[in-house]
Amino acid sequence: MVPSDLRYTKDHEWVRLDGDTATVGVTQYAADQLGDVVFVDQPEVGRTVEQFAAFGVVESVKAVSDLYAPVSGEVAEVNPELAVKPELVNSDPYGAGWMIKVKVADPSQFEGLLDPGAYEQLVSEG
Amino acid sequence: MAYGPHTPADRQRMLAALGMRSVDELFADIPAGLRAGALELDPPEPEQALMARLERLAGRNQAGLASFLGAGAYRHFAPPLVDQILLRGEWYTAYTPYQPEVSQGTLQSIYEYESLLAELLGLDVVSASHYDGAAAPAEAALMACRATRRERVLVSRGLHPHYREVLRTYFHGAGLAVEELPLVTDGPSAGTTDLAALERLLGDPDRPVAGVLLAQPSFYGLLEPMAEASRLVHAAGALFVAVVEPVSLGVLAPPGAYGADIAAGEGQALGIAPQYGGPYLGILACTEPLVRQVPGRLVGMTTDLDGRRAYVMTLQAREQHIRREKAASNICTNQTLLALAASVWLAALGPHGLRDVAALGASRAVELERALAAVGAPRLHPGPYLNEFAVRVPEAPRVHRALLERGVLAGLVLEEAVPDEPGVRDALLVCATEVTTSDEIDAFASALGEVLGARTPAAVGSAR
Amino acid sequence: MSASGPRLQPTIFELSKPGRGGGKVPHPPSDALDRIPPEQRREKPPGLPELAEPEVVRHFVNLSQLNHAVDTGFYPLGSCTMKWNPKVNEWAARLPGFAGLHPLAPDSTAQGTLQLLWELEQILLRITGMDAVTLQPAAGAHGELTGILMIRAYHEARGDMARTEVLVPDSAHGTNPATATMAGLRTVSLLHEHDGGVNVEAFRRALGPQTAAIMITNPSTLGIFETEIGELLEAVHEAGALAYMDGANLNAILGRFKPGEAGFDVMHINTHKTFSTPHGGGGPGAGPVAVNDRLAPYLPAPRVLREADGTFRLERPGERPTSIGRMRSFVGSTGVLVRAYAYLRTHGASGLAEITDDAVLAANYLKHRLAESGAFDIPFEGVCKHEFIASASTLKKRTGVRTLDIAKRLLDHGFHAPTVYFPLTVDEAMLIEPTETESLETLDAFADALIAIAREAETEPEIVKTAPHTAPVRRLDEAGAARNPNLRWRPAVGDWTPCPD
Repeated sequence: MVPSDLRYTKDHEWVRLDGDTATVGVTQYAADQLGDVVFVDQPEVGRTVEQFAAFGVVESVKAVSDLYAPVSGEVAEVNPELAVKPELVNSDPYGAGWMIKVKVADPSQFEGLLDPGAYEQLVSEG
Repeated sequence: MAYGPHTPADRQRMLAALGMRSVDELFADIPAGLRAGALELDPPEPEQALMARLERLAGRNQAGLASFLGAGAYRHFAPPLVDQILLRGEWYTAYTPYQPEVSQGTLQSIYEYESLLAELLGLDVVSASHYDGAAAPAEAALMACRATRRERVLVSRGLHPHYREVLRTYFHGAGLAVEELPLVTDGPSAGTTDLAALERLLGDPDRPVAGVLLAQPSFYGLLEPMAEASRLVHAAGALFVAVVEPVSLGVLAPPGAYGADIAAGEGQALGIAPQYGGPYLGILACTEPLVRQVPGRLVGMTTDLDGRRAYVMTLQAREQHIRREKAASNICTNQTLLALAASVWLAALGPHGLRDVAALGASRAVELERALAAVGAPRLHPGPYLNEFAVRVPEAPRVHRALLERGVLAGLVLEEAVPDEPGVRDALLVCATEVTTSDEIDAFASALGEVLGARTPAAVGSAR
Repeated sequence: MSASGPRLQPTIFELSKPGRGGGKVPHPPSDALDRIPPEQRREKPPGLPELAEPEVVRHFVNLSQLNHAVDTGFYPLGSCTMKWNPKVNEWAARLPGFAGLHPLAPDSTAQGTLQLLWELEQILLRITGMDAVTLQPAAGAHGELTGILMIRAYHEARGDMARTEVLVPDSAHGTNPATATMAGLRTVSLLHEHDGGVNVEAFRRALGPQTAAIMITNPSTLGIFETEIGELLEAVHEAGALAYMDGANLNAILGRFKPGEAGFDVMHINTHKTFSTPHGGGGPGAGPVAVNDRLAPYLPAPRVLREADGTFRLERPGERPTSIGRMRSFVGSTGVLVRAYAYLRTHGASGLAEITDDAVLAANYLKHRLAESGAFDIPFEGVCKHEFIASASTLKKRTGVRTLDIAKRLLDHGFHAPTVYFPLTVDEAMLIEPTETESLETLDAFADALIAIAREAETEPEIVKTAPHTAPVRRLDEAGAARNPNLRWRPAVGDWTPCPD
């Protein structure tokens, strides 16, 4: 079961909207597929990210994956904990393993993303 | 087949299991139009005949001349223990340590190589190995471009001409720009990198520089102003790449001491035979912040499930087998066995032995300089050198040939090796190391004196 | 393994003792460094270990015994061709006339080596069906870069500047796309056919005026001969692109298929695979590149030339302006090439053909034994070439035991594991390459071991999942190694013996 209060991308990022701030991370499914996460390459604060464009990279021991922004906007904050404890992505992907917070330019983008049901279906189809 | 274990009965058994009568059936999938005709090669050669052939070929080389040729490959003393270690099949018949549990020997040896070179270079991250002294600086320059997101590097003309050429080949491919830094033409710094030109080229605000490469010692054997260059480079926000000769680091300041971000170089001098060009050892190292930009294998220390110390290839997400088109480099097979040779050689000599090798070479070189000057071949450049230097010799190609006939390999004819370098016509690049003997130096000087028509020491003696 | 069993070793730094060792080199006179300006000198000696010869030798001998190697046992590492490394080759490379020769030695003093290199080129041309060859590249991936740079130069020389794409099948080695990037080109990865082969239709659709080259491994990384290669090569050339063959799997086609004759424009050869110059624990190898006449003008410099009088020489700087330039210093990894030459001479025409026949026979036999047992999935039926794919996909669903676990359990049986999780296109892949130099007894013992492990996965999966149990160490904390990299030992500073003078 994926959290019901989030929206998702087909690339396995999740996003939570609080006002105009979107918090972004990767799903439990993505974390499991990657295996032990060892490094998260995060953008600088202040950089603008575009919806569905790469904003960073997540590395595990034997895999690597680009991170795609679910929404456009300016990076307001990056999770400082991940620099020292990248394993948070595995242990708490929807909580302490969050990656960036984005000041959202167009909140309607959020509505266009996958809802929990659609994302679960995507994952179950493999 | 020479090494195959199968008896005719073995082959029959395998074919029978497959329900086949001939091995040709296993190649029936190759379309008829694409099947090859027979190989037009000689028949197999028995081992004894092969050995005789190889001895004949090897005998046609003249590898035992009194040699003063360096220019990027150096003769050094290698204690016999080095090659005896290398001849153990457990090292040379293994491959990349993909299964760390049964590859701890290779893995620990690479970790030790990384550690030994880190000590020597004064930099914390040392790649497991690259192809050679030319590929390593090219990879270093590409690293500088990735790290700074800039597309232009500057390279001193004091780098080995082969290294500069490889850099151009790689950079043309990648669509990046290389510009050369000229050498000072006269005065006390003649032959070293022109720092005024460096400052000028760094100053173009529209074309920011990613990295700058200087060699220490330079191709001409000269000591370069590395500390000053490093300051200029960093002031422009670029990375400083030191191309170094590792034996010299027994006595010269290491790249880490003058703030180099990346060090690259040829490790052949660390106990590896000249072998007409390879296999050699490309050295590549960097500071810790650049660790994710360094291409090639890295081995780290970790623990096993029982908490025992163990070693493993790490940070593999940089590499081609995982990151594919986004990898830091396409390198896969490297020079692990040569890194082992370097480790064993360094361990056999120790810190003082290494210093002695470098210092003895310097001492022999001074002896050589005096002997050549005495017969009319003075140094070309005035600045300090370690164990290699250029001497002025009129008609250098002819003199070089004449000396060869007298059993002396009189270094390198510079106008043939670097035809595009002004100021090195009529000059030979010569070197001495700890294995150079006084007899060889005497032979060189007296033959040169003869060829130049100067009075030889013997003639001086008889004239008295 | 030694009789006393493997012994883990402290680092060489921990064996050091101030004042120990030395004496291998005479001391220089005390004024040796007087001419070196003080600011250019090293302030304190590097923290290298101080050891006597017995400590050095025991350390490295004990370390060596922690390795699995071809000399100690079966090493069926797919796509790496871990065949026997003949001992005469090591002897040959160490002949003083070869080993002691300086790379810039005048041609007149290097005639033996130059002749050897020239003859080696001729042999490689006959094997590949190509027109010219460079021995310069230091490894397979280096050869790939050489080849793709030559293709770029070819298009550029024709003013055809729009060709920026390299097409590769999704089963390709990672070096192929990484090479394209290094050569400034863009990789287009194409889906494979359901039978694992290249999808010629997909290639046809992707080919166009923007295509610089295709890169194909044949036989493929699945161990299958690409039967539609003729049609594919035709389509490539019709589109004005060139075809690169990754020669990693040359061991499967000696005397059976010559890429040059079939229409490939360029290929590399891994001497450490097919021609048994050893793998060296990761290297050195060598990656000669053979080309047809179209690409010959662009070969790296210097080439080895044979003069009319039968002497040999190297090209001089700038002699052939169309060259892509140098790919490395000096002429090449000659010491490796001497070994390859010895190997090729030993085998000759009939021996080389036999290598391929026996390698392919062994792979098919092993594949048959595994298929018959039903222990693993064999995703591609029909004949394979020198290697084949088995998969633990079904076994994993039933038992939770993965390919990784099987690989580790094989170590307990005294075998090296196959290549695992490659190619990426097959779930839970094991790529098994037995080579031609393993006896029938070894092949049977390996098949028996794999089948036994599959059975064990059903009955006692925990034993498999926690393997290896008898290797020098157990499974490693690879995540910890990557999260907090420890890439160097830090010697205790300050207790080094002062220099004797």
